[in-house]
This record gives sequence, C-alpha cells and structure tokens, in this order.
Amino acid sequence: MSKNDIKVALIGNPNTGKTSLFNQLTGLNQKVGNYPGVTVDKKLGVSKLSSTQNAIITDLPGTYSINPTSIDESIVLKTLLKKNIKESPDVILVVADVENLKRNLLLFSQIKDLEIPTVLAINMVDQMNRKGITIDLSLLKKELNTEVVLISARKNEGIKDVKAAIIRCHVAAKASPLCGINNQIDPDYFTKLKEISPNYSLYELWLMVTQNNYPETVTKEEKEKLLAFKKDVSKLKKYQHKETIYRYQEINKILKKTYIVDKSKAKDLRGNLDRIFTHKIFGYVFFVFLLLAIFQSIFDWATLPMDLIDGTFAEISDFAKSNLPAGVFTDLLSEGIIPGIGGVLIFIPQIAILFLFIAILEETGYMSRVVFLMDKIMRRFGMNGKSVIPLISGTACAIPAIMATRTIASWKERLITILVTPFTTCSARLPVYAILISLIIPDIKIFGFLNLQGLVLLCLYALGFATAIIAAYILHKTLKIKTKSFFVVEMPNYKLPSVKNVFFEVVEKIKSFVLEAGKIILALSVILWFLASNGPTSFDNVEKNTIENTANQNFSKKELQQRIASIKLENSYIGILGKTIEPVIKPLGYDWKIGIALITSLAAREVFVGTLSTIYSVASGDENTATIKQKMASEINPDTGKKRFNFPVGMSLMVFYAFAMQCMATLAIVKRETKTWKWPLIQLFGMGLLAYIASFITYQILS
Amino acid sequence: MNTIASLHKGEIGYISEESLGFIPLKLLEMGCLPGAEVELVQIAPLKDPLYICVNGSHLAIRKETALQIQILKSEIVHV
Repeated sequence: MSKNDIKVALIGNPNTGKTSLFNQLTGLNQKVGNYPGVTVDKKLGVSKLSSTQNAIITDLPGTYSINPTSIDESIVLKTLLKKNIKESPDVILVVADVENLKRNLLLFSQIKDLEIPTVLAINMVDQMNRKGITIDLSLLKKELNTEVVLISARKNEGIKDVKAAIIRCHVAAKASPLCGINNQIDPDYFTKLKEISPNYSLYELWLMVTQNNYPETVTKEEKEKLLAFKKDVSKLKKYQHKETIYRYQEINKILKKTYIVDKSKAKDLRGNLDRIFTHKIFGYVFFVFLLLAIFQSIFDWATLPMDLIDGTFAEISDFAKSNLPAGVFTDLLSEGIIPGIGGVLIFIPQIAILFLFIAILEETGYMSRVVFLMDKIMRRFGMNGKSVIPLISGTACAIPAIMATRTIASWKERLITILVTPFTTCSARLPVYAILISLIIPDIKIFGFLNLQGLVLLCLYALGFATAIIAAYILHKTLKIKTKSFFVVEMPNYKLPSVKNVFFEVVEKIKSFVLEAGKIILALSVILWFLASNGPTSFDNVEKNTIENTANQNFSKKELQQRIASIKLENSYIGILGKTIEPVIKPLGYDWKIGIALITSLAAREVFVGTLSTIYSVASGDENTATIKQKMASEINPDTGKKRFNFPVGMSLMVFYAFAMQCMATLAIVKRETKTWKWPLIQLFGMGLLAYIASFITYQILS
Repeated sequence: MNTIASLHKGEIGYISEESLGFIPLKLLEMGCLPGAEVELVQIAPLKDPLYICVNGSHLAIRKETALQIQILKSEIVHV
C-alpha cells in the first residue's frame, strides 16, 4: 500500500452485484480484516487502475440508505463520516442495479450530498434489452453531475471504464451536492444548522444530528450546538420523512428525462418461480427436500476426501517416525504437530461443501423466499424469518451464524436467535458424529437407496433444530424484554449463481477457518501431546517399575512396550486430569480417556477426534500406522473386555455433543454480541446440564 | 378504511397521502411513498408476511406494518 493509492469505498444496495464488481476489480488481491470494535468483516482489495495508479478498495456492507437500522449498516455511516485523512475515502463508488435504478439512486443522492467525489456504476446492463430499458447516458451524467458508467460485472464488461472513471473523478476532485435539502424543507432551520461549522457539508451535520454519530474531529462547542437540534424529536422525524420524499421527487424528475422502461418486454420469470417457491404446500416441501439433499451430499461427498486426508496424515506421521532419529523432537512432530495439522485439514471438505450450498442459495435469491415462508412460524417461537439464515449457517459454524443475526432489528428476536443457534449441528460436531456413526451404525442401504448412516446423521441434525426451536419457545415465554419489532426483506430477482462469487466465498470461509480455528486446534494438539507425554515425578519411574514388576510374567518386547505406554499415559498430567473427572462421567458410559477428549473439546468440539487420536497413538507406543477410526475401533473397555465404542456409549456421546455448549470461541462471540457475560454463562451451564441429563438417560436406557 | 393488508392477491392500490407519518422511514427509503402504486404480489402460507411490489421494489413486510399503511383503491388525480 503506497501513499499515492486512491482510497475507494464501494457502496450499494444489497443484491446489486456489489460483490461481483469487487471481485472483478480486485481478483485474488483480497484480504479480510475487522472494523475496530466490531466484528463485521471488512473486505479490502487492491485494484490496478492503470500502469501507474493503484486503488485500495473497501467493500462496505450492502445498505439501502445511509440512515442505519442495523449494526452492519452503521459501518457505512461511520466510514463516510470519518474526517481524518488516513481513513476517509477519496472516491466513493456506488453500484446500482439497472432494473431498480430509482431506489438505488436514493442512496446515491445521500452520498452525493456528503460532497465526496462519487462514481456511479450502473450494473447488469446486459439485462437492459430483455427488460426493455433505455438510458440516456450523457444526459444522466449531466443531471447527476457525476461520472456514470454502465457495467455488467458478471460478464466483466465495463470494468476498465470504472477504473478510468475513478481516476478522472479523483483528479477532478469535484464534489457538489445533488439535492440541497435546505431550501425545500425548512430553510431557516437548515441555515442555522449549516452555520454551526464550515468544516462539514450540511448533509454531514444533518446526519450527525439524526444519527447521533459524531466524528472525532467535531469540537466540543460544535457538538453542544448540534445536540440542541436533537431536542425536538418529532420535528427530526418529520424532516427525515420530508427529506426522503424530496429526494424521490428529484430522482423522478431526472429519471423521467433519462430512463425509459417498456413494460411489455418484461418477462415474468420471477412471478412463475415465486408461485412455486412460496406456494403454501410445495414451497415447504421443496425447502425440506433441499435441506435433505444438502445434508446427504455433505455426508456422501465429504467422506472420500476426509478418509484420504486422514490416511495421508497417518502415513506422513509414520514416515517421520521411521525416518527421523528417535527423540523428543521426532515425537513432537509425529505425535503432536502432524496429527494436529491433519486434524485441521480434515474439516475442509465438509466446510467447503456446506458453504458452497449456502453461497448458492444466497446468490440465487432463494434465501429471501425462505425468510418469507418462515417468518410467521419463527415468530411463534420468538424469532424472525431472518433467524432461519443463522440457524442454517449455524450448521457450518455458530460464529458467523451469530454474527449474521445482526440484520434482525428486534433485540428480543435477535437475542433468542443468538441463544439457540449453538444447538444447530455445526461442522465441528460433524466429524465427531461421522466417526461415531461409522463405528456403531452399520453401512447399509434401506429401501435400496437411503444410506442408514446418512439417515442417522440427518436425525441428529433434526434433533439439533428441534432443540433450538423448543429452547426458543421457552425463552420466548420466559424472557421479559419489550422491543419494537420491525421487519422488511427485499425479495431480489432470481439469478443464476456466479461461479466466481461462489468460489471466492468458499475460499474465504475455508481460509478463515484454517487460520482462526486451525491455530487453536494445532496449538491444543501440541499442548495435549506435551501433557500426555509428561507427568509429575512418579511418571519418570514408570518404565523402570513396569519392567521390574513384570519381570516374571514373560511378556514379549512388544507387549511390554504397550504396557509401559499405557501406564505412562495413565500417570501423565492429562491422565490424572481425566481420572479426576472419571467418577462424574462414568454414569454416561465414558472412561477417563473420553473424559480427556471432553475437556479438550471445550476449545472446539472437533478436537475430540484429534484428542482421542493423540491419546491412542501415545498409548499404543511405537506401532503408529493406524487411522483414527481404526484406533478407536480397536480400543477395548478393560471392565467388559469388549469394544469401548459400543452402541450405548456411541449414542450417549452423540447426544452429549448435540446439546453441550463446548465451544469457547462461540462463548466469546456471544459475549461480544450481547455485551455481557450473563448470556454466554447461561448458555454454558444450561446446555451443559441438559447434555449431562440427556446422555445419562440415553446410556442407562440403552445399556 | 383500506390498508395494504386489505388488498387481495394481485390487486393494486395507491398509498394515501395521510399515511406519511405512519410509514417507517426504512420503508419510505425503499420506495414505499405516498401516492405510489402498490401491488400485493403474494401472501405467505400463514397469511403473514405480505409480499408487495412498490416503485419497483419487491418487499416482504409483516401484516402489522401493512395495517398501518392506508391505501386508496383508485389513483389520486392531481389537478
């Protein structure tokens, strides 16, 4: 990033192809950061405008207006009101949808009044012929007094023009308001407002008053004067309404001269598809089948690459062990680091497939129909049609899902959604379920096509959703929070998903998983290895004592080695920890080794599999060629002499994982989103208690 | 008194000027303006929310909001 780079803020309504344009402008030169203080993702990218000029492009959240109604949208306002040179944008690039230009121009007119150089990119112009739209571009440029470019971001058309327009706009640095709100509403009032400070445009001052958002550069004296304008709230509200109507009048005047639609040409694809997807019976049937298909394919498609990754890492670990000189470093590498990396990479197939589906559903516009279908039902449970998106993306990971609740305007509906989202089966539970299912459920087909293992998995997902809904209902009836509920959702046009957008979305999700969750998982694997191969002073004598004690029992060298290894594990730090909690978890069917895995699962549920793998490979001494599944399958319960992972234990474990709040990262996010420790603690203990009781009942009935 | 909620599926109405104070700012900004033509496109299976088209915007709003917005069944003629 150099000083000469042009800082461009990319703004637009949702569903205008803003992401497509961002991807076209920046390609793979993207990175995701956080806005200070909030966890909304900030996407930045570098775009080569010309051979000598680069631009840093910030992709702001989609919004219909500068006046925010959600946290996401307030980011836009905050970015635009910044006055310090470092962060304020040099040029604003507004993306508009050609089919809905009128509404898109409202946001444009607000931005124009901030008096920052602005480029308007009208997107999806390849649809103009089909929709019967004609635009007088040169007149529109003149009327809007700005650079206007026609583009088709998905087809990569007009991108060069956008780049050139950004440069021209930056050089000219010309910025004038479009609507001049003062004269039309209450000239005296707005003249007084403008007199407060010459450093800001009138519209900026107006936004500070109406949105109660003051940039750092505002002096104490100026702020006092601005606050005086806030006293008459009903007047503010009335003037905001008037302002919006006035803007639309101006836009209508301009469009009348420059924009013609021949309505007879519009084809009714939307209407036909809506009749199917929002049909009172077929709409729901389709939705349920879609979910079924998604879950079946996650299980079917992910198994092969997961087994491959699992097997490959077992081999690499074995290779390292047999080819490197024996010692602590080799042990760390082959028993800690390599299985740890494997434990991270193994989730990539599932996460990729799930986000592939979610990205496609969002891109096509189908997700909004689901919101429409589900709102009334969800409201009975104290939630909102928009809660469906967090609950579905919760099947990938509760963290982005809880962040996705920010679009819900009502606090009570949002809080309930946050509290119950961790019940949905996240991808971290999936490997736990997958490995347990493959151990205890036979791999057969019922009715000739339904995979029984897949069906059990589907039941677990259903259990998660059902619990979430029931918990929401209880919260709805017990929480006494009064909030005004407001709900409006745009129903976008149906579109074929763009391969490029879906690809970028999936890559971004995988990248953030590997970097964020992966770090924790890898670090824990190494810590675990240390705790499992070290112990208090008595630990060092295990080898000597065992050899002495068994001297007269004629063990083979191999048997002796295994015996030493497992006694060592029992006496290690982690063994002691597991033994301590064993009495508590014994009624659920677990031993101390599983207990260790339960403890480490607090970092992230998926660590369960890696932990058992580490424990069993330490326990089995040198013979380390088996995959995780083989190791678990051959584990014997010394009390019964039979397999440790039998049906009752497996079921009890799956029930425990379905209910327990075992993810520290999620707790941290809930704290951040609710701004108190109260709610995450309620989740931790409430869900933990439920998990314990439910697993207890499951195990006692089955065994 | 007619509101958006009293429209039938496929029927068209015109938002009355008196509604201005009752339309949430957000809806106003999305094109739900006094005088605008509003079509009830679809009603959700459980009679709520309503799917409307106004000023080129396709929006889903709840019945409680729709009940606040008065409409006329024929266009106001400005002289």
